[in-house]
Amino acid sequence: MLALLQSIEWTPFLLSFKLAALTTLILFTISLPLAWFLSQTHSKIKPFIEALTALPIVLPPSVLGFYMLVMLSPSSVIGTMVQELFNVQLLFSFSGLVVASCFYSLPFMVQPLQSGFESLNKRMLEASYISGKSRVTTIRKVALPNMKPALMTAIIITFAHTVGEFGVVLMVGGSIAGETKVASVAIYEMVEIMDYTSAHIYAAIMIGMSFVVLLSVYIFNHHQRYKVGGFHS
Amino acid sequence: MIDIEITKPLLGSEGAMELSVSLAIEEGSFVALTGASGSGKTTLLRILAGLESAEGVIRVGHERWLEKGRAIAPQQRRIGFVFQEYALFSNMSVEENLLYVAHDKALAAHLLDITELSALKARRPNTLSGGQQQRVALCRAMMNRPKLLLMDEPLSALDISMRQKLQQEIALLHREFNTTTIMVSHDPSEIYRLASRVVVLEGGQIVREGTPKEVLLQTSGSQKFAFEGELLEILNVDVIFIAVVAIGQQLVEVVISEHEAQHLSIGDHVSVSTKAFAPMISYVPATIS
Repeated sequence: MLALLQSIEWTPFLLSFKLAALTTLILFTISLPLAWFLSQTHSKIKPFIEALTALPIVLPPSVLGFYMLVMLSPSSVIGTMVQELFNVQLLFSFSGLVVASCFYSLPFMVQPLQSGFESLNKRMLEASYISGKSRVTTIRKVALPNMKPALMTAIIITFAHTVGEFGVVLMVGGSIAGETKVASVAIYEMVEIMDYTSAHIYAAIMIGMSFVVLLSVYIFNHHQRYKVGGFHS
Repeated sequence: MIDIEITKPLLGSEGAMELSVSLAIEEGSFVALTGASGSGKTTLLRILAGLESAEGVIRVGHERWLEKGRAIAPQQRRIGFVFQEYALFSNMSVEENLLYVAHDKALAAHLLDITELSALKARRPNTLSGGQQQRVALCRAMMNRPKLLLMDEPLSALDISMRQKLQQEIALLHREFNTTTIMVSHDPSEIYRLASRVVVLEGGQIVREGTPKEVLLQTSGSQKFAFEGELLEILNVDVIFIAVVAIGQQLVEVVISEHEAQHLSIGDHVSVSTKAFAPMISYVPATIS
């Protein structure tokens, strides 16, 4: 058993987690103000932004992957710009994967945050403003601490969803070992070369880890709800 | 002096209307705002707090809170606001709720002492009763020593004994902090006890204002009782007619003339009044918890 575990190439998993962690971090920073804006605005453009951010849920990964390819390629405007500014090539590189993942997982961060903000008692936020506190302080000290389940859901689901992505990663990143070959792509390759033993091990690890992550979210949220709602008469 | 002269189109309970209020309030006074629901009381309060926009002018002392469509933010008005549904910060303890507004431990301790909440200062708001929560909200509103304290039906969700206790505390704080206070209320006894002035709103306009005596005792000096009720039935007994009227929880029989009987119909909203020659007052022990 130990020998088996030692024989496993862990790099694809590490890559998956590195990608997921970076994507979650970037998306959290971007989505927090966006979700706040969507939860507070009555503007006519709100449904348009909501529809745009939800697109990655319904689009086939191949559509997203295709446009990512076009957009990130060194011959495109963005590709050239990034290449010249940061000397980074986005296509078939880890950086490109991060950019693609951010688009792919955006709704999984924005939507729980937005519904979290929307579920807050509006009067409570107003009480904070009246107390002389700015919007940023109100979000930090009042809004976020009162929506921990939503916060937890947003972060964990975004992380898990990024670990689980396959189509976009394959199209944008290819399968370069140590660079873009994440766990899901590695499993695909093992199946292709009919190395079912390795595929089984990899797949089992993925299932196990994903289950543990989801389980911890649900346990956390269950406790939070009990803690907050337990005393209501 | 607080000068208010504002207009705002509103969608009231009976269609569109315009909130149009012109009011001058002396500093340190206690104004009760009353009127049917949907008459614009809450909106007026929220405009004063800067939570809603309006046209017109709001001047507080030498500060301009609203002028030429430009309103200063709620953060810059130094007001206190007590919401009907408490709106406490549920992630903070009672004491933290107060200290969040201003980090003044002495003031927080003093306020909690007045409202008898000191023993509960480490508790979370949702472990407290409604009355306790509203007292915390009242303390929190006083933490920035507000120039203007706004209260939106602060006691309407509480039972009678708790209401009276809070009325005393509100009066106490109002005096101690010399805060100009505006309170929305439907309860005549509350208004009578607390306010120095009553403003009655109807359909977005001020229809009456004056001291509580002038406004609430509409029949002042005539020693008359008048109750409004619903006409349930008119009975014809021999030559007389008896009207059965529901006044609150009570049914009352009143003898009426044939002429009156012909002009009234079942379901009418009627007023039953009498001169009080020798009314008796007796103590009713508080049984409502």
